[in-house]
Amino acid sequence: MKPIFKLTAALLAGAFLAFPAASAELRIGLQDDPDVLDPAQSRTFVGRIVYTAMCDKLVDVSPDLKIVPQLATEWNWSSDAKELTMKLREGVKFHDGTDFDAKAVVATIERNMKLPESRRKSELASVEKVEAVGGYEVKFTLKAPDVTLLAQLSDRAGMIVSPKAAEELGANFGNHPVCAGPFKFVERIQQDRIVLEKFQDYWNKDNVFIDKVTYLPIPDTTVRLANLRAGDLDMIERLAATDAASVKEDAKLNYQAVVNIGYMALYTNIANGARADNPFGKDKRLRQAFSLAIDRDALNQIVYEGTAVAGNQPYPPTSPWYNKDLPVPARDVEKAKALIQEAGFERVPVELQVPNNPVAAQMMQIVQSMVAEAGFDVSLKSTEFATLLDEQTRGNYQLSRSDWSGRIDPDGNIHQFISCGGGINDTKYCNAEVDKLLNEARASTDDAVRKEKYDAAGVILNEDLPIIYLGHQSWIWASKKGVTGFVPSPDGMIRLQGVKFDG
Amino acid sequence: MPVYIGKRLLVAIPTLLIISIFVFSLQKLLPGDPILAMAGEERDPATIEFLREKYHLNDPVPVQYVHWLGGIVTGDFGISLRTNQPVLELVMQKLPVTIQLAVMAMIISLMIGIPMGILAAVKKNTVLDYIANIVALSGLSVPNFWLGIMLILLVSVNLGWLPASGYESIFVDPVRSIQTMIMPAFVLATALAAQVMRHTRSAMLGVLSADYIRTARAKGLSPREVILSHSFRNALLPVVTLTALLFGELLAGAVLTEQIFTIPGFGKLTVDAVFNRDYAVVQGVVLCTAVGFILMNLLADVLYVLLNPRLRATL
Repeated sequence: MKPIFKLTAALLAGAFLAFPAASAELRIGLQDDPDVLDPAQSRTFVGRIVYTAMCDKLVDVSPDLKIVPQLATEWNWSSDAKELTMKLREGVKFHDGTDFDAKAVVATIERNMKLPESRRKSELASVEKVEAVGGYEVKFTLKAPDVTLLAQLSDRAGMIVSPKAAEELGANFGNHPVCAGPFKFVERIQQDRIVLEKFQDYWNKDNVFIDKVTYLPIPDTTVRLANLRAGDLDMIERLAATDAASVKEDAKLNYQAVVNIGYMALYTNIANGARADNPFGKDKRLRQAFSLAIDRDALNQIVYEGTAVAGNQPYPPTSPWYNKDLPVPARDVEKAKALIQEAGFERVPVELQVPNNPVAAQMMQIVQSMVAEAGFDVSLKSTEFATLLDEQTRGNYQLSRSDWSGRIDPDGNIHQFISCGGGINDTKYCNAEVDKLLNEARASTDDAVRKEKYDAAGVILNEDLPIIYLGHQSWIWASKKGVTGFVPSPDGMIRLQGVKFDG
Repeated sequence: MPVYIGKRLLVAIPTLLIISIFVFSLQKLLPGDPILAMAGEERDPATIEFLREKYHLNDPVPVQYVHWLGGIVTGDFGISLRTNQPVLELVMQKLPVTIQLAVMAMIISLMIGIPMGILAAVKKNTVLDYIANIVALSGLSVPNFWLGIMLILLVSVNLGWLPASGYESIFVDPVRSIQTMIMPAFVLATALAAQVMRHTRSAMLGVLSADYIRTARAKGLSPREVILSHSFRNALLPVVTLTALLFGELLAGAVLTEQIFTIPGFGKLTVDAVFNRDYAVVQGVVLCTAVGFILMNLLADVLYVLLNPRLRATL
């Protein structure tokens, strides 16, 4: 008993000695472990959450999805939307003490475009060149008009890294990232934690009230919540919808949610290889019938406990880009049956590929029984994710359940999936008129004009249905009551500016 | 003895070769493309082509294998596709975690299993024996993930005695390290203890009915001496073998337990690597695990000889 006694006493003494230096430390539970921590190379969603604290971008996104200044204070498009000039913030330092200026921006953008390992190439594909036109001003010259560039610069492609560190570390930058955000990198233990501490020279340091933040990947949602309840975490992302009610009732916890900018959908194989050659891929009336036979509100209520919203477009009904003239269709089994008959069928067999997670499986089982009433015999093929992705790309599917995490600009939710040569057009749908509208929308700096184009394309897509949109999930965060000032954003990021923690 | 150990180690080399070929080819049979999984949501064709070249995925499989094996011989286990870290570094990062978890689980299971096994054997067919059997059977039957979550809810959430999950290196903060590991080690130990208990019990039963035990009793030795000094030492042999083999298994990582308690060990590393088709990592981990298993087997045999002098003549 004696040594334990001594140990306890020592620990207690240590705790009291450490107490006076009251520092705010936030522990955040993430759903996955981020991949490599280099904005040029990374590709995971959770990685972006960490960057939000570590790497400032040229521009940021406000909770109502407007582009707002961050490292760039103002910007201007040329009238033909082929040139973008940005004025940069002065007096900003990177974590290694080097100064932020136009040269650093040029170096980072060029790194994103040229580093062989870069995953940012397609995001910056429209950029012809980028140059410094003064100490604190840069100019992007584009190959073709592309107003979506601004939205790209609000994410990883626009995260400016220390040119010195990038030069020294090259492709290994992720082992010790050096950016210009509110927190700097301290250490990372693979699959265990990522630790950041407050950067004392941050340009907006008066708005940062947290001294240290630790991200812990905990994949199991039940365990993540248990850790929050036990006090080992202060905040968690992506709370399971099934736990929403119990968190709302818990007086010790905050519940915050917002509809996200992505979508849940079913991809139809329209022209991707031999398996597209079936009635469902060829006859749009069958796809319309399928869509009509689904009760989207019921899916939301049953699977997502009312935390998601029903949808029928690439953007949620809460988005300014949503076409209000095409509301979410109510379920209409009779009309669905009529469409199937018109197409010359009684019963239609369909194979539906589903990712092998319980939520997706449950959702698709409900869809299976809903469309059965209209005349579809759906067989569900449960597939592990990497395989599903592979099958979908190669066209070895008939109907595939797939999600998109969403982009700020509407273009990012539609162009590459629907346009003829689109990089991730797995349905291989191709319609010259839609392409024309989507490209025109890219070229206009006037949001009203862009909206018209997207609305017009939306009408055609709603008729052809290469992608059957089902709805939009919510990002749900739970945190201790002591965490204040956090503003939920539809992009799912955790912005720590303004967040206070009184633990 | 050194000659014996040397011989055994030499025999291990072809075994490892066969294992590596097996793992390598099985992985290639998996559907799914690692490059697609890592190219990002946009799947840029130029990036995909670059990555294929970089990781030699355009070469025929045998060429890839020879390339990989050449690296291993020179101590280069390749680079993780997902995090760009050298595989050897990843393995070395996880190995202490996995070993610590395995050692703690083994200690707990021996501390439960051996006394229970002896007790059950000595008090054969009494209430104590039945209770020991029921406890062992329950330990074996309760699923790890369920027990893990229940323990977290009870011990961490309701009672607040231990951290719910996480990991701390034993060299950085030994107290916290033990605190975070004790629950997962206990969860793993429940199933192991059952096996240790059953083996101890049957070995003890065999020994207790032997003639020399009757002699020992007849010459008036105390029951304590008869059981611990005369019976247990002889009954120990099968238990030692079992322990070494179980320990070897533990080195492969405990996927579910690690996942629930978010312990960054081999199990989690392997599963994440398989899901991401991170070939180099899977191969590296399997190879290390195989080496560990072979060493444990060897250790069991050596201990056997040390514990049982009669076997020394056979060397």
